[in-house]
Amino acid sequence: MKVRILVSLKDSVLDPQGQTVRNALHTLGYESIKDVRQGKVFEIELEGVSQEEAAKVIPEISDKVLANPIIEKFSWQILEKG
Amino acid sequence: MKFGVVIFPGSNCDHDTFYVLRDIFKQDAIFLWHKEHDLKNVDCIILPGGFSYGDYLRSGSIAAFSPLMQEVKEFAFKGGLVLGICNGFQVLLELGLLPGAMLRNKNLKFLCQYVHLRVDNTDTPFTSTAKKGQVLRIPIAHYDGNYYSSPETIQEVKKNNQTVLRYSDARGRLSDEANVNGSLECIAGLINKSGNVMGMMPHPERASEALLGSEDGRIIFESLIKSLG
Repeated sequence: MKVRILVSLKDSVLDPQGQTVRNALHTLGYESIKDVRQGKVFEIELEGVSQEEAAKVIPEISDKVLANPIIEKFSWQILEKG
Repeated sequence: MKFGVVIFPGSNCDHDTFYVLRDIFKQDAIFLWHKEHDLKNVDCIILPGGFSYGDYLRSGSIAAFSPLMQEVKEFAFKGGLVLGICNGFQVLLELGLLPGAMLRNKNLKFLCQYVHLRVDNTDTPFTSTAKKGQVLRIPIAHYDGNYYSSPETIQEVKKNNQTVLRYSDARGRLSDEANVNGSLECIAGLINKSGNVMGMMPHPERASEALLGSEDGRIIFESLIKSLG
C-alpha cells in the first residue's frame, strides 16, 4: 500500500517561507496568487497491513514523528491500495 | 562534579563545550555517544550546538528519538540538570522536556552574530550568579530559533517565570529590532517548570574567553558549577 502524507504549518502559525514564495510570484506578475503555504510530502510504502490498520498507523506516526503537533498539521491519502 | 556532553551525528559544538568545561573551568567532563544507554553517573548533561542529523525532518527531531535521549529524559524527570545549547535547545523542545517549538527565523536568514540577552530569572541553577536584569553579550548561530508556542502555553510559561533569557538591546530594552529571530516574547532561553532543564539559543561556550571577544557566557557555566558544588 502506498500512502501520501502532507505536513504543513497550522493556519495559526505564520509561514514566512510561503509568504516569500507568494511575493516572488507577485513579482513575476501572478497577481491572482492570494496566499501560499509551504509544507512537506512523505510517500510511504506499507507492507502486510489492511486499510484499517493503515488508518491507525499513519496518524500515529504523523503525530509522533513526521509532524510536530505544536506547529504543524497533517493530512493523508492512499495512493495505491496494497 | 561530572559533566556529560552528548554527541549526535552532526553535533559541532561538542568539543568547544568540552574544552570550556575541562580546560577553562577544570571540571570533570566526558562525552556521551547518542547510541549509548548509560549516562555514566554524570551530574549534569549538556546537549551541544550543531546540526544533529543534518537538521533532517525538523531541527533536533531525529536526535530526540536516540537511545541516549530516553535516558536523558529519565534523568531530567528525576531532577537531573540538563542544558541544551542551540541545537540542544531544539532537541529538548522536540523531546517535550521544554514547551513550544522552533520556527525558521523571521527574516529567513541563518543568523550568526552577537546578541544581547537580558537575564530575567536568576533563581535558576543556570543563571544564579547573574544579577537580575543583567545584559549578556553572547553569539548566536542558527536558522531555526524563532520560538513559538500556543497562547495557553506562553501564558503558563510567563506565569511560572520560565523565560530566563530574552533578546534585548545593550541596555536591556526589549524591541522588535533586538528580537533578531522573531521569537515569541523575545525568548532566547527557557527553563522547564521544575527548574532543572534549560534550553538557550545563544552559545555560552563561544563566549567564555576574553580572546574570543566575550566572557559573558561564563555566567552559565559558573552558575551550574556553583549549584552542583
